Parts: sequence; C-alpha cells; structure tokens
Amino acid sequence: MRTTSPTQDFVRGIWKENPVLIQMLGLCPALAVTNSVANALAMSAATFFVMSCSSVLISTCKRFIPHEVRISSYILVIATFVTLADMLLQAYAPVQHKELGAFIALIVVNCMILGRQETFSSKNNPFRSLLDAFGTGIGFTIALVMMGGFREIFGVGAFLGVPLFGPNFEPWVIMVLPAGGFLTLGFILLAMGYFEQRKKTKAEQKAEATS
Amino acid sequence: MSDQSLFSIFFSAMVVNNFTLAMFLGLCPFMGVSARVETGLRMGLANIFVLVLTASSAWFLNTYILETAPYLRIISFIIVIASLVQIVEMAVKKLSPVLFRQLGIFLPLMTTNCAILGLAIFQTNRGYGFLQGLTFAVGAGLGLTLALVLMASIRESVEFSDVPGIAKGTGLVLIIAGTLSMAFMGFAGLL
Repeated sequence: MRTTSPTQDFVRGIWKENPVLIQMLGLCPALAVTNSVANALAMSAATFFVMSCSSVLISTCKRFIPHEVRISSYILVIATFVTLADMLLQAYAPVQHKELGAFIALIVVNCMILGRQETFSSKNNPFRSLLDAFGTGIGFTIALVMMGGFREIFGVGAFLGVPLFGPNFEPWVIMVLPAGGFLTLGFILLAMGYFEQRKKTKAEQKAEATS
Repeated sequence: MSDQSLFSIFFSAMVVNNFTLAMFLGLCPFMGVSARVETGLRMGLANIFVLVLTASSAWFLNTYILETAPYLRIISFIIVIASLVQIVEMAVKKLSPVLFRQLGIFLPLMTTNCAILGLAIFQTNRGYGFLQGLTFAVGAGLGLTLALVLMASIRESVEFSDVPGIAKGTGLVLIIAGTLSMAFMGFAGLL
C-alpha cells in the first residue's frame, strides 16, 4: 500500500480528487439541492458532519467489524449519523430542513461517504481518517457552492438571497429548474476538460522547445 | 392518508416528476449503465422489481412497526433495502449469469441507489396507502427505465460522431441529460 503524509490525506480530496467534479460521486445531492447557495451550504454542512463522524467511528471500530458484513455495518453507522443530522437541522435550521426535504435522508445513500469508508477509514487510524473526511468534505462543499452559485446568480440574479443585477435583469429560469443542474455540471466539466487539455498542450510545446 | 388517484400518481411518477430527469434520483446507474440500450433496459427492469418490493415493505414497516418509533425510519428502510438487493442479486446470478456480468458493480450498488430509498421516503412523506405505494413504485420504475433507454439510445447514436476532445465522456452525457430533462419539462403542465 502506498503511504501518504497527513497533509496529503487532507489536501487530496479538496481539488485533485474532488469527489463531485473528478470522481463523479455524490452526484444526486450535488444536482438536486444546488438551486440556491443557502441550500448547497446546508447540504454540505450535513454531509460534512455525517462523513467526519462516521469516518472517526469506523476507523476506531474497524477491528470489530467482520469483513463479510462491513458494507452493511458502514451503512448502519452512516444511517445513524444521518438521523442525527436530520434532527439537528430540523431543530436549528427548519427553513433549510423543509427545502431539502427527503434529500437529507438520502445522504445515507451518498456513494461518496461509503466510498471514503471503504477505501480509507477501514484501513487507517482515526486521526488520518478525520483529515481525509475533512478534505473530501471541503471538496464536496466547494463543488456544491460552485454549482449553487452559478445556478442562483443566473437563475435568480442573486447570491445568497442578495440581488446582484438590479431590476432590469431577466433571470434565466432554466438554471434553477432540473435541466439547469445537468447543464451547469456539464459545462463545468467541459471547462475543466478545456483547461486540462490546454495545460497538456502547453507542457508538450515546452518539452518540444527544450529538446 | 393521501387521496390522490392512482392514475395521477402513476403518471406523475413516470413522466411529470421523472425520478432521474426531474428529481435527480438514481443518477449513478443512469451515468454508468446507459451505454447500451439492452443493458439499460434490463437495469431498468431490475430496478422496477426492487422498487415494487421496497414499496410493499416500506408500507408494511410504516403501518405496523414504525408507528411507535419514527426516528428509526431511515435505518430500518436501508436495512430492508440492503437485504432485498442481496436477494435480487442472488436471484439474478442464478437465473441469468449473463445479465449478472453485464450489470456488474451496479447491481450490488443498487443498495446505495437514491431512487430506491427516495421512493420509500417520498411514499412515507406523502402518506400513500398500499395500492398507491405500489402504483408509485411501478410508475417510478417505468420512468427510470424510460430515462435509461432514451439516454442509452442517444449515446449509441452519438458514439461515432466527431465531438470535441474536451466533451468526450461525462461532460457530454450530462449535457445530453440536460437536454432530455428540458424535453421532460414539457410534461410539467399536464397534472
């Protein structure tokens, strides 16, 4: 197994292995709740909480979990924390809780969380698992806020509820509708592919120039 | 208890609020197994089967067990779904090994398919009875199959077209999905 430093554990998930934009995990919440920045933030916070808690618990208890039933055990742990997050949100952010609705419960089936438990927490100590969960959680938040930002700015003409363009702006309603979610993520991926390709061509040109 | 008519539940779940294209549920198989029409169709059928089983067990749990302990809802649903998927996996492996290989990782991953848990939760939130739940499940499953098959046939026909290098892969799939979703918005006024 390849060993990594704690800093790498933390930084990796933020951009280089961003769960949503690179690994394409956890797409359902990333598309469904990003019609405003506030919703995106609430969703990220809940996911962040669930992921950190279950990472720590699972990496602490990994010795007691039999290999054959590990996936079911992980799901149970995650489901417990999701129930907690659901109740916490209902108590402290009732507006967001109502907006997100069933998608809070659907954090259980976010493949990103299960994926981190299976590939990382089940093999590493609690401290490093926590760092890994923080990194991945921040990456998830960045992706969601990016999506939410684009969709809210174009679809409503506001950011976090603050109007940006004045009364003459005609909002692109399509952006806050479901189709806008697919298109936004599609265009973000296209842009990322473009920059990736440009970087590659530049590196090739440089290599040619020096040789 | 909801008094929505069966027809409106069915139609709404299938096209107007299509699980994949309007509610973003079950995107992983939608992206993963939509490269071939036939595989997509079979995945859809497997989904319908699990959805119907889930809807009936969720109704049973809600009516007889969860009345006294609503906070156990998420946990008990996910356990039921995990065991159902396990059973379906064993059945498919026994009955059709070819299909088992084609569906690959996406069959066990059905446990973490949001469409299945989503169905159970929506059904509970809307207070559907047994028949309404079954109709909802069949409608949602047919909707998923419809989306998968549409997506797969588009992907099959653009497979050999000359798209720009940056758009190859997921970017293209997402844009096609966006366009399909726009087409499905046309159904919005029907109900």
